[in-house]
This record gives sequence, C-alpha cells and structure tokens, in this order.
Amino acid sequence: MSEAGTAAPAISRPRWRAIDWREYVVYIGFVLVFLFFAVFLGETFLNPTNLSNIVIQTAPITVMAVGLVFVLSTGEIDLSIGSVVAVSALTGAVALRETDSALVGVLAGLAVGAVVGLVNGVFVTLVRLPSFLVTLATMGAVAGVAREISNLQSVPVDNETFLGLFGSGELFGVPGLIIWSVLAIAVGYVLLNKTRYGAHVLAIGDNIGAARVSGIKTARVKIMVLMGSAMCASLAGLLYAGRLHGARYTLGEADLMTVIAAVIVGGTSLFGGKGTVVGALMGSLLMGMLNNGLILAHLSVSQQMIARGLIILVAVSLSLREKRS
Amino acid sequence: MSSEQSLIPDAGVVDRSVPALQLTNIRKQFGGVVAIERFDLDVQAGEIVALVGDNGAGKSTLVKMVSGVYQPTEGEIRLQGRPASFRDASDARRQGVEVVYQDLALVDSQPVYMNMFLGRELTKGPLRLLDRRRMARETQELVDRLDVRIPSAKATIRELSGGQRQAVAICRATHWASSLVLMDEPTAALGVAETAKVEELIMRLRERGAGVLVVSHNLDQVFRIADRVAVLRRGRQVGVRSIAATNRNEVVSMITGLS
Repeated sequence: MSEAGTAAPAISRPRWRAIDWREYVVYIGFVLVFLFFAVFLGETFLNPTNLSNIVIQTAPITVMAVGLVFVLSTGEIDLSIGSVVAVSALTGAVALRETDSALVGVLAGLAVGAVVGLVNGVFVTLVRLPSFLVTLATMGAVAGVAREISNLQSVPVDNETFLGLFGSGELFGVPGLIIWSVLAIAVGYVLLNKTRYGAHVLAIGDNIGAARVSGIKTARVKIMVLMGSAMCASLAGLLYAGRLHGARYTLGEADLMTVIAAVIVGGTSLFGGKGTVVGALMGSLLMGMLNNGLILAHLSVSQQMIARGLIILVAVSLSLREKRS
Repeated sequence: MSSEQSLIPDAGVVDRSVPALQLTNIRKQFGGVVAIERFDLDVQAGEIVALVGDNGAGKSTLVKMVSGVYQPTEGEIRLQGRPASFRDASDARRQGVEVVYQDLALVDSQPVYMNMFLGRELTKGPLRLLDRRRMARETQELVDRLDVRIPSAKATIRELSGGQRQAVAICRATHWASSLVLMDEPTAALGVAETAKVEELIMRLRERGAGVLVVSHNLDQVFRIADRVAVLRRGRQVGVRSIAATNRNEVVSMITGLS
C-alpha cells in the first residue's frame, strides 16, 4: 500500500494505557448496571417482557438524546426540550380532538417544536445570547403555554391511527416505539458522521472561528441544530401521547436531566466538537435500565430520585473529566 | 461549495502574465481617522512579497482589506487583472484569496483531511454523503507532493506539532487559493526548527503559481523567504524593494523613518 510508505510513523501507536477509557464509560456502566440488577433482581428484571419494556419506555428519551447530541456538538445546550415535550403532546392532542386527523395532529405537534427551536436559534445566533439563558427562558415560557392551553387538564387521545403510529402499534412484530428509536438513531448517526452538515456541526463546536473563516454558515447550522432538537422533543411528546392515550402538561417534566445525562455519559462533550449518537443510545438505555431496576427494587419515588441523581453524578464525572495533556 | 472541485488539478491554471494581486491607491478611513493613507502594491503570480512595518503602521488594516474583512474607502483591488470587491471574508475566499492565520484556523478534533476540505467537503452519491476516502487520498497526495511531514492525512490535528499544524494550514490555503495566499505572521507561534520547516514550505509555494503576501515582524525571515519587501509607515507605503537589491539597514530605516 502506498499509504504505508508515506505515512511516517512519527507518533507512537496508542498502547493500552493510552486508550481513553472514558469513551467506553457508557458501555462499562451499561454492563455493570445490567449485571447488578440481573444478580439482585433476577428473573423480574431479566425476563424478556421487562427488557423490551425498558427499550420501549426509553424511546422518548432516546429520540430527544439524538437531538441533543447535535446541540452539544456545536457547543450549545437546549434546556427547553422537557417543556416542548408537553406542549407538543398537548397541541397534537388538541388538534386530534378538533380534526380527528392523525396527520394534522402530528404536523401540529412537530410545528410547535419547529417554532420553539427557531425562536431559540434566532436568539442564540442573531441576538447572540448564550443558549443556556435562551433555552432556560423558553423552557419556562413553553411550560406556561402548556399549562395555559390545557387548563391543567389532561387531553385524551382516541384517534386509532395516531395511537397505532406512536403508541401500541407494531411493524412485523416489532413495537412501534422501538422502530422510532431505531429510526432516530439511524438518521442521527448518518447526519452526524456521514454528511457535510454533521461535519459542520462538529467543526463549529470545536473551533467556531475556523468554521466561520472556512465559509461555514455557523448561524444557520446552529438554528438548524436547535430546531432539530426541539422537533425531536416534539416527536417524543407524540410518542408519550400515543403510549398514554392522552397528553398532560406534566409530560417530559423530568426528562431534561435524564436526556442530558444520557448524552454526556454516552461520550458527547459538553463543550462541543465531539458527539456520538450510538453513545447517546447506550446512555439512554442505561438511564432506562436504572429507572426500571430502581422501581423493581421497590425503592420509593423519593429514594429513586436520590439514587438516580447520585448515579448520574458519578457516571457524568467519570465521562467528563477532561484529559490532562 | 462545489463538491466536484478537487485538490489535484490545480497547477498551471494560474495565469502568470498578470499580477495575482494589484492594489492601487488604497485608502482606508475609520470615521475621521486615516488608517491607510495611500498604498500601492503588485504581487506577481509565484512571487513572495513581504509586508513589513512598525506596530500601528497599518499592516493589519491592509491585511483585513485584502482578506475581505474591511472594505477600502478608496482605491482598487484587482485579482489576476480583474477588479475585485469583497463583501466579507468568505466572499474574498470565493474569489481566490486564502488566508493563513497565526492562530491556526483548524479544527483540532478532526483529521487532517477534513480540515483540508473544511467547508468544502467532497460528497458522493445521491444522498451526498461525505467521501472520506477520496478526501483522505487527495490530502495525502497533496502533503506528499509538498513534502509536508505529517504521520498521515488521517491523523487528528491534535496529534500534530505546532509546525505540522501550520504546514497543514498553509497547504490548505495554497491549494484553494486561485489568486493569492495571505499569511499573517505565519511563524509567530512556532519554535526555531519548526519555523525553518514552515519557511521551506512557503518557499516551495512559488512554483505553485499563486502570489504570496506575507506579513512578518521578523526581518531575518523576510530576507530568507521573500522576493520583494513592501514597507508601510504610518499608513503610507514608503517603498518596495527587491530583496536582492536591498539590505537590512535600508529596510530598517524605511520602517522607522530614521536614516
């Protein structure tokens, strides 16, 4: 091979000690948590119905995690996703109630996400505010909207097409929610790793000055990333509405921390330039497994919150500690 | 943006009969403050011209006008004989002016080949997926031809030394520049040995056809690599000398205005 001849071996190959094991924290954590629950909970945890339930229940988290990988990869953050889940689910449910058309319900739900993402993007790029502040503000405002349009009541969903699409439906015996997760992961993976868009996302997060002087339209990419993340949250909202046969302003309330933890533990940098969609999937499943195991272990809700918080803290510190050079 | 553009068939497209860059009667004013009073300069294709001057002489203002960041208040910029005006830096870039920045506009976590094609990535197929293999191959051919010693086109920028990084930045600029490569203190951040390597590389660019305008503080370097030197003092061009026909003392006295 000609390449072998020209590539001077000036740098030493990484030896086992040089391998950055932090990249594998999520896999190690996944196996450890799995083994832990398998040993202590046995059949209740290990039976196939429970395991597939974990994947199904994690679907909204997985979908949101894919969106957030792109946001973090550009060095921004999106805190509004939890509220967007609720407002999209409610908007979709109301649209379904008014029109009884699944298509209108879906479009309405996704449109809300697109609008919130656009607002976030415009304030981050054109007004040049930190995304942390912008999305913190929209998080509050959107949560208010969700309460306002629903009057704090649940909105039931009984449209069969919609419920089949986002809830209990199956395709070739595979639950629809699993298909949505796979789809989100596949699209996210290809976009991030195989397209110019993904390359620009990572370049912006790594060195925005370099991206700019290279002609990359950094504002446009950031707006798209924030719209994508909000629309993933909308899709998650529709998935909740489909699974629960209705929407409520509390949907997605607790998801923000879970999604951020899933993405970070998966190996995406909180500071931009590095993102992994497969890692986010593993992170989501890890979070879902924790959730499931802690419930099966009969911890009270408050104990679950404590345990989950501590575990996330440990996992995130393991994966985030920056390398000393 | 065209994904058909390739790094390879570039030599020979440059028309050497007209100057790569022509600056005529350039003047730049910020409100009432005159930054550049009058500046004229030609850079021929395949020529290395150094721009020197004391701090505050107007070098960076000039660089920013040639790279499209500022627009001149008066005067004309011509690229390869054609009048050019730049709305912004990417516009200048589209018209064939590439800039090598002293703070290295590279993406550290990406491989060399992705940096070489940053913002101009090659794609293939109906889905326009990245053609990583072709980008890596063309980058490898390019660095081999310019004799740049890096471990591989697939190495991550973070694995490279400062000199190797600047060499990558220079390769990139050279290859995309159809008219002019502008270098702003290209070796300011480098050690002695690395500076020597980068200077060798800059000198090899002569045969590749684009004009090279180097801003440098380092007169030794100017005398090592440049064909001509233009001196800027207090916003005025005080002279252009052929390196062969001048010496350090003359250039220093032109810079300082003392004889």
